[in-house]
Amino acid sequence: MANKLIVSLSPHAHGTDSVEKNMYGVIIALLPALIVSFIYFGLGSAIVCCTSVLACVFFEWAITKFILKRERNTVCDGSAILTGLLLGFNLPSNLPIWIIIIGALVAIGIGKMTFGGLGCNPFNPALVGRAFLLVSFPVQMTTWPVAGQQGIGGYLDAQTGATPLAIMKEAIKSGDASVLDKLPDSLSLALGNPGQLGAGSLGEVCALALIIGGIYMIVRKIITWHIPVSILLTVFVFSGLMHLANPIYASPVDVLLSGGLMLGAIFMATDYVTSPMTKKGQLIYGVAIGVLTVAIRYFGAYPEGMSFAILIMNAFTPLINNYCKPKRYGEVVK
Amino acid sequence: MKKLESSLLNMVVVLTLVSVITGGLLAAVNSVTEGPIQEQKEKALADGIRAVMGAEDIKVTADDKVNSQVDGKDREYIIHRVANAAGEPIGVAVESASQGFSNDVKVLVGLDNEGTIKGYTILEHEETPGLGARAVDWFQAGQKGDIIGKQPSKGKLTVSKDGGQIDAITAATITSRAFLKAVNNAYEVYAGQNTDAQSGATKKN
Amino acid sequence: MKNYLNIIKNGIVTENPTFVLLLGMCPTLATTSSAINGMSMGLATMFVLICSNFVISCIKNITPDKVRIPVFVAVIASFVTILQMLIKAYLPAIDASLGIFIPLIVVNCIILGRAEAFACKNDPLSSIFDGIGIGIGFTLALTLLGAVRELLGTGKIFDFTLWSDDYGLLLFVLAPGAFITLGYLIAIVNKLKK
Repeated sequence: MANKLIVSLSPHAHGTDSVEKNMYGVIIALLPALIVSFIYFGLGSAIVCCTSVLACVFFEWAITKFILKRERNTVCDGSAILTGLLLGFNLPSNLPIWIIIIGALVAIGIGKMTFGGLGCNPFNPALVGRAFLLVSFPVQMTTWPVAGQQGIGGYLDAQTGATPLAIMKEAIKSGDASVLDKLPDSLSLALGNPGQLGAGSLGEVCALALIIGGIYMIVRKIITWHIPVSILLTVFVFSGLMHLANPIYASPVDVLLSGGLMLGAIFMATDYVTSPMTKKGQLIYGVAIGVLTVAIRYFGAYPEGMSFAILIMNAFTPLINNYCKPKRYGEVVK
Repeated sequence: MKKLESSLLNMVVVLTLVSVITGGLLAAVNSVTEGPIQEQKEKALADGIRAVMGAEDIKVTADDKVNSQVDGKDREYIIHRVANAAGEPIGVAVESASQGFSNDVKVLVGLDNEGTIKGYTILEHEETPGLGARAVDWFQAGQKGDIIGKQPSKGKLTVSKDGGQIDAITAATITSRAFLKAVNNAYEVYAGQNTDAQSGATKKN
Repeated sequence: MKNYLNIIKNGIVTENPTFVLLLGMCPTLATTSSAINGMSMGLATMFVLICSNFVISCIKNITPDKVRIPVFVAVIASFVTILQMLIKAYLPAIDASLGIFIPLIVVNCIILGRAEAFACKNDPLSSIFDGIGIGIGFTLALTLLGAVRELLGTGKIFDFTLWSDDYGLLLFVLAPGAFITLGYLIAIVNKLKK
């Protein structure tokens, strides 16, 4: 039987790409940032990440098995692990476990499985979870522990402080540029320096670790450069212009290195399912996210606009795809 | 009965008739409910004043309107002068407002004759539920941001973040600042009125 | 009599205005932040619906076709205004929580829809029953929606505390919660109907 000629539909040759390979590739790329967050936030980081990943995997398994009643369970393709990891990266390291579990349920249940599972979700599930938690638990989700707290104390009784973004927002609200002096210098924003770093979510304290992960993914061809580079460039130009016009707006380098910008640009906006397919579409998508992020950060109610900017552009992705259709092979150019 | 045709005459007659009947009906209901609606409004305000003054048996002796410009916005403050049952003045309840997180926060502040805060109630606000909306209880007696018994005459009330003595609502500093500003302004308007000793005067800051 | 019961059942189940016809979404989404608000809105709408259905059915033969819509609107608007004045005068608590949404009943498409689809083709008694049926359907749907949102958002039902509001998911009291809850309730209703 084994050497029987198998006749199947085209295409007959295919690459070795698969959902699993790409998902685990992204997870590997997240490892540097994960390790850094363990160093900076200690046990709290481990509790938050583990809870988030385990809860996401559990809900994916349970919903596929008991509600959708599918025969093949997609829980092993790594997408739930990735969603859990990204969700955990967006949370403060002292968040109570039950809130994380609700976040995971919303991310997988409302954000993904409601629409039919992986590939059918219009919005990035991890961001749906984060946005839900941010609106539902504004107090817990906006008090960020200061980096560099070790042991169980870092989880149960963490010292909290202002994030660099909150400082920037305060400078804008008060119209006083000297508030910006409280910001850590650019180098410690990039490398993460627990001594003077200030506070933040797990995944936003060390831009360098995220950039390393991004380069790994581009080299391994898991993502292309278009989306991250267009987002970062737009943010740099937009915030640079604002800084030149009025010094109460922080310098573009600091804006690039602070908050969830790197995490969002490299890992969240590049999600295959929710971003445009063509290169041209990806550039439009990236520029729009960049503009929206800076606009929300500077003029909106929240200090961070990355997650909302990505969610808004997720909604526009079908439209962008419609206008940037790839040319059909063999089509006559008019 | 056969259905009426859509001739011009029919249409005009029917529409006029319907308008007259509905108009008459509305006028009738209006005349019945007018009194109770006014009563309800007055009762709501009287209840508010009673609550912020912390006294049951009181009379409002005068309502002074003061216009004042704050942050480039014209605002009208209403000072309700309150007297006890015997007719002696015991203080004022001032309607004040300031720009909160999403819209104006309107507060009614009760002050005694010395300008000490007796109580407050929030008349209108559109702050975020769970955050700014907690101002309704946050600054009451025994709560975390207790302002009752404070004296704005001995320096403006400010949140601890700005070097003041009042704890701001967790994660809602903007609403807290707005609220305290409204309270401070209420006191200032009242104090300004007392030194001028004239009611209904327009004062510009 | 059986016929009238059928009309009521039709309004509550077969043609439920919220879960089946998806009519009147503005008050449905905006006023259901708590069970009591949803129920007050439903009852207010039911009052207007019964009155307007009855009157429109009575005057259907003397209303020329070409001006029927202005006539319907005049009738509906009067009843809404009467209701608003009555609520302001005697139920100030409901007035405070529903506010602008009472006058907006005028533009609730359920009411004009029933006038056009039912009342102007049927006798007054059936029209009253249609108003009761659709009204109950709308009230039940709004109360259910409000109860789910209130429970998830604040841990209370009809102001009766089941758990501390520290565990409430604030999002359900806000606008996105209305959309999410409505979507899942419609999905569940569709599933049960199969």
